[in-house]
Amino acid sequence: MSSMETSNLTRETLKRMFQEGKRFDGRGLTDLRDVTIEYGVSKKAEGSARVRMGKSDVVVGVKLQTGTPYPDSLEKGNLMVSGDLLPLASPRFESGPPGFEAIELPRLVDRAIRESGMIDFEKLCIKKGELVWTVIIDAYPINDDGNMIDIANIAAVAALRNTVMPEIDEAGKINYEKKSKNKLPLSKETLPLSFSFFKLGDTIVLDPTREEEEACDSRITFGISEWNGQLMLNSCQKKGELPLKQSEVEQMMEILPGKFEELNKKLKKFL
Amino acid sequence: MAKEHKRPDGRKLNELRKMIAKVGIIPNADGSAMFAFGDTVAIAAVYGPRQLHPQHMRNSSTGILRCNYDLLSFSVYDRKRPGPSRRSQEISRVTEWALLPAIDLSQFPNTVVDVQIYILQADAGTRTAGINAASMALAHAGIPMKDLICSVALGKNDQTLITDLTKEEEDYKEGEGATDFAIAKLANNDEFSLMQMDGKIQPEKVKEVLEMANEACKTIYEAQKKALKEVVENPQGGTEA
Repeated sequence: MSSMETSNLTRETLKRMFQEGKRFDGRGLTDLRDVTIEYGVSKKAEGSARVRMGKSDVVVGVKLQTGTPYPDSLEKGNLMVSGDLLPLASPRFESGPPGFEAIELPRLVDRAIRESGMIDFEKLCIKKGELVWTVIIDAYPINDDGNMIDIANIAAVAALRNTVMPEIDEAGKINYEKKSKNKLPLSKETLPLSFSFFKLGDTIVLDPTREEEEACDSRITFGISEWNGQLMLNSCQKKGELPLKQSEVEQMMEILPGKFEELNKKLKKFL
Repeated sequence: MAKEHKRPDGRKLNELRKMIAKVGIIPNADGSAMFAFGDTVAIAAVYGPRQLHPQHMRNSSTGILRCNYDLLSFSVYDRKRPGPSRRSQEISRVTEWALLPAIDLSQFPNTVVDVQIYILQADAGTRTAGINAASMALAHAGIPMKDLICSVALGKNDQTLITDLTKEEEDYKEGEGATDFAIAKLANNDEFSLMQMDGKIQPEKVKEVLEMANEACKTIYEAQKKALKEVVENPQGGTEA
């Protein structure tokens, strides 16, 4: 299980199986694994969630701090997404300065959530130009069995919905031990999700296991949400050497709305 | 139906900014180029194939491509702190992937081709200008290539799709706001090697975005080819598109 790389033999086998529409775990190429969400990972966080999809397992905590607004948004709160790929979660992850994957994951979660409009940043302003809330999302995989970005995205959204604002006094000092009655100002109908399509040869799969992900040549991740009654892509990033054909991208655009609805339904009982 | 959209600089919806393409701007480099979209100016230098350090990164079956993209500190109004940021590291990697499908380093095992891209002046679309410059610089360096890579940022202001956004257009706030969709493709087929987007865009509009990219890239390809031809004919000077 803890082998570092997918062998060429596995890769060739997967390539052949994908062409026949088959996978080692019996799923169809675009089938998602079952998902569960748990809350209350840490009482000390303002919100937290743990999401499991298959053997992949990610925890996300939300902390709130106060700070000064950015000069270009004096009436808005701030969002910061960070995290780390801890060596705890996989033999692939190493200690030390963050590698590309550890940089990319929080950046993609950040863009999907920020651009969707899920967080009402104007309501996070305490005193215009002086004091605003900063929402800090930290994501940590506990066990990596593939598709970390999409799973971290679900966990981040769940943790945001779980977040309760701490008490803050007149002087602007936060009392973390005392939760207020206020939840984070979120748009209820906006549920930003992300979907990463992986390409091996000429086939496209969703929600790969780590082994499948390693075998694939490229990946493209789309952040998607509902806004004013329409589906909107909020972010997109392609990774890897193999380019995507226009027809493949068009095929993804056809698959996306159905998958968004399917995952929404799966998540509904937890949110 | 949406009201007719007027662009702040009066361009047509699918019109690129004035481009400048020059090849051979850095004598020390094995290949070099500059590319500008209006007020966005990128320069690129290629060094290699050369011996790769650290040794553990060497690949005995092929040479590798290593890209570095960054903004110069004074290229933006709020001075950019020198040194790599998470943003620049991400752009460096996606630039590598954008360029790789066009080049073949299999004849140069254990080596590296270093591509250094810096932005002198930023007015949106810096990664795409950088990729255009880098693609020309790779060709100038004589790296085996099966095609050039052309890159452009498409986008949307409210409901209107537009080509090659300026910073002002990137900051558009009305209606559906601004969407920025950076794309790179192989010049002579429909394979996309860079796709990076943020904003709000309906999935069904992506097809139209790719078609606008195809059209814009044809114009960019001509500018790149012209600059490359020019440097062969007249190694001292460059050209303006």
